Amino acid sequence: MLDPEKIFLDKVYEEIKIEPKDWMPDQYRKTLIRQISQHAHSEIVGMLPEANWITRAPTLRRKATLIAKVQDEAGHGLYLYSAAETLNITRDEMLDQLHSGKAKYSSIFNYPTLTWADMGAIGWLVDGAAIMNQVPLCRCSYGPYARAMIRICKEESFHQRQGFEILLTLSKGTEAQRKMAQDAIDRWWWPSIMMFGPNDDASPHSAQSMAWKIKRFSNDELRQKFIDMCAEQVKILRLTLPDEKLKWNEKRNHFDFGEINWKEFWNVVNGNGPCNKERLAARTKAHKDGAWVREAAAAHAEKRKSRAQKAA
Amino acid sequence: MNKEWPLWEIFIRSKNGLDHKHAGSLHAADAQMAIENARDVYTRRMEGVSIWVVESKYIHASNPDEASSLYDPANDKPYRHPTFYELPDELKNM
Repeated sequence: MLDPEKIFLDKVYEEIKIEPKDWMPDQYRKTLIRQISQHAHSEIVGMLPEANWITRAPTLRRKATLIAKVQDEAGHGLYLYSAAETLNITRDEMLDQLHSGKAKYSSIFNYPTLTWADMGAIGWLVDGAAIMNQVPLCRCSYGPYARAMIRICKEESFHQRQGFEILLTLSKGTEAQRKMAQDAIDRWWWPSIMMFGPNDDASPHSAQSMAWKIKRFSNDELRQKFIDMCAEQVKILRLTLPDEKLKWNEKRNHFDFGEINWKEFWNVVNGNGPCNKERLAARTKAHKDGAWVREAAAAHAEKRKSRAQKAA
Repeated sequence: MNKEWPLWEIFIRSKNGLDHKHAGSLHAADAQMAIENARDVYTRRMEGVSIWVVESKYIHASNPDEASSLYDPANDKPYRHPTFYELPDELKNM
């Protein structure tokens, strides 16, 4: 009799995807449920800060693209919830975990969207950081997650481009518009680079996730790559990133950057960010207010089924 | 009443003439809603011309643990492939 754990590890090593019915270690299943459901929650909660600006988008074109982006995020949440459900957790259990505060979502969505320029900064920086994190997940060892990520990454690239276009337009506008764009970048830059998570030496589960090929790159590797990319892109906007220590280092072949305020990071993770309560309250209210729709649709389906049975 | 809507598997035909292919799954109260939700979730960018939905509980799947014995009968029959046959190079169009 072959050891199931050895079969599992051999598959991971040989880049053969693990599928829902395959044997897998309990901890692999738990890690994936936590990661995929948190990812799904992030997509769903992530609709809130941007939905805040849909009615006030400056033109019809901007309004249409912002609606499309928010709708994509709903779709991405749904792909991910389905992927997590293949690991034997129900949708209701996941939603309960979100609403009770047991499950986390990306802390970035606990910051407020104060001006229209924030739509640009979110697209460029927040979606940019998300893409940097997500592209390697397309090669994740768990099949359903990898397939969902391929779909998401394909759709996500317009999100980042529309954000950059908003900032580019503002950067070529009046002095007030340039200031608004700079202010948005100043507020979103540090929270964005925190999106990659704690430093590698403070990220205890990373090594196991890398061994199981859930993760492919460490937090610090991805963060550095993102910073290098943005430090160049910001020049096109003729704006600046709010970090005095940001400087090209020829020896490292990377940009050096300043100290991240990890106290702020943990403070927001632990529920004390500027919008934690507001976001969760909005989410729970939407779920509660929608209860009658879910019940009515189920009752309608039941009635039609019993009518069809009678007629037969 | 607090019951989860059933899960549906979604199959999409991306172009006329091609097979329906599994796209993913979603929850819906009935088949009609499953099709409408599939339209919104899986074809926002013209990915499909036709949608099939099947309630997930009706899908029966082979067991991955039995894969080696299940596919064993085909494993030793290379003569089912055209490359098995050794023919002269001057033979054209075959």
